[in-house]
Amino acid sequence: MRAMVYRGPYKIRVEEKDIPPIEHPNDAIVRVTSAAICGSDLHLYHGMMPDTRVGMTFGHEFVGVVHEVGPSVENLQVGDRVMVPFNIFCGSCYFCARGLYSNCHNVNPNATAVGGIYGYSHTCGGYDGGQAEFVRVPFADVGPVKIPHWMDEEDAVMLTDALPTGYFGAQLGDIHEGDTVVVFGAGPVGLYAAKSSWLMGAGRVIVIDHLEYRLAKAREFAHAETYNFAEHDDIVVEMKKATDHLGADVVIDAVGAEADGNLTQHITAAKLKLQGGSPVALNWAIDSVRKGGTVSVMGAYGPMFSAVKFGDAMNKGLTLRMNQCPVKRQWPRLFEHIQNGYLKPSDIITHRIPLEHIAEGYHIFSAKLDNCIKPIITPSAS
Amino acid sequence: MQENGSNKMPYTAEKPQPRETAEELRARIPGWGADLDPKDRPSFPREQPGIKTGAHWDFPERQEEKSPRERSIEHRFLTPVFGTSAPPSGLSGVMRKYAYKYSEGRAAHWLILLAADRVNAWESHLLSLGTRHPDNPITETGVLSEFKSGGMSSRRGQKRADTKHQWLDPIIVAGPWLAVGAGAVLAVKALASRKTPR
Repeated sequence: MRAMVYRGPYKIRVEEKDIPPIEHPNDAIVRVTSAAICGSDLHLYHGMMPDTRVGMTFGHEFVGVVHEVGPSVENLQVGDRVMVPFNIFCGSCYFCARGLYSNCHNVNPNATAVGGIYGYSHTCGGYDGGQAEFVRVPFADVGPVKIPHWMDEEDAVMLTDALPTGYFGAQLGDIHEGDTVVVFGAGPVGLYAAKSSWLMGAGRVIVIDHLEYRLAKAREFAHAETYNFAEHDDIVVEMKKATDHLGADVVIDAVGAEADGNLTQHITAAKLKLQGGSPVALNWAIDSVRKGGTVSVMGAYGPMFSAVKFGDAMNKGLTLRMNQCPVKRQWPRLFEHIQNGYLKPSDIITHRIPLEHIAEGYHIFSAKLDNCIKPIITPSAS
Repeated sequence: MQENGSNKMPYTAEKPQPRETAEELRARIPGWGADLDPKDRPSFPREQPGIKTGAHWDFPERQEEKSPRERSIEHRFLTPVFGTSAPPSGLSGVMRKYAYKYSEGRAAHWLILLAADRVNAWESHLLSLGTRHPDNPITETGVLSEFKSGGMSSRRGQKRADTKHQWLDPIIVAGPWLAVGAGAVLAVKALASRKTPR
């Protein structure tokens, strides 16, 4: 099969690999029909995530058709069209049994602090991902779901990570009616978080980024007020001014490890790898939220330490909430919202790229060329 | 924008005045308030004991360990299911196995893994030179998309914060190779000058 393969920082190529075998009785092998590149894939691509090995295939957002099932699989059959949450989870450990699917303890031998994620380094379990023609899907009776007949394929891809994560981020903000919500980052997760904030009754939604085309999308897609932090000397002061000097009730960090806005933080984290991530957006969130407010962190950070302003967070009495999204818990409600016309996930897709050209797709997404917001990858076998 | 009464917020007890009423927001934004009740949201409460997951086992069957699998020492045992991508090999493999002697709480664990990642890339680049499919930095970095997808126009006239450091990327990719190449040239020259009779 053809598969994207990591060759080192900033370098990937498409190689011939064996179709993955069934390794466990509850495995399925899925023929991928659509995959996406996630903003968090860029952390791997840039060499930021420890234990990212040459030869790994990335990709944790994908849908496809069941090609083969293991002997204990009961809920899926060959030929089923399935959407696969980015979390790999067993459904039976202490954490899964309580709904914390992203914190599964049975799927990641390499680390206890994070569950399993497709194609996301050995720190997240060492599983190959879905930017390929075929992918191994463990616990086929627990994770994947048949795509409803009414759902578009591209909406289904967005439901495997980006949309549930944005929606989850808004939930962790504990938004109450009339709250002012600030979202740092107008990428896919930020756009979905902003849109979801309205569903939860926000009175104002403000989105901050430095890419004007993404801010335009935030205004159009998410009905948000927008600020370009590169046009302001101090975005925290601007947020105070915008909120009558109170601060926002809720701030969502939808940026994560490669945040711009402070050159020292960015270079020490993203270029020199001396921090787990550049905490610029997180620190702005801590400083922009009102005392007693809530900061919801959806941005992905590496496992190393980062220079986060915990003193301010403590002194302001903040509630900090965060986790990798337990995707499957969000699906029933999100399916309703899509059917009701409240959400059209695929509206943010800007690029559709054949797998054979994925190296250019990564560069376009990474360098923010051609107004790229969300690239979809189409494997040739699909 | 409506000013607040005394305009002394938040130095007084008053709350900010809403800019729009619920009715106005509902009319303007599709689905506004559909998840208004914080207690009726999918991730509330955070932990939901007894949630149906589809698992039909108490503890999963164990995946066969075909070769020794590195694991965090914070785990009691090897997890029943694990990824099989890219087993450790070469010098980077030795480093990775050594890193797993330290817990996730130790900086040494992560710093050795990061160093192993860099070594792994170098090993792979060098090994690829002996194959029919050597690494090609032009195609593998996708840099040709700069010409096809508006590399200039995407940056020109924009107030983009990332343009302050994007010039570092080619140095990160090509710099070590150029440095090694230059070093090799200097070494060859030095050797040649030693052998040349005076």
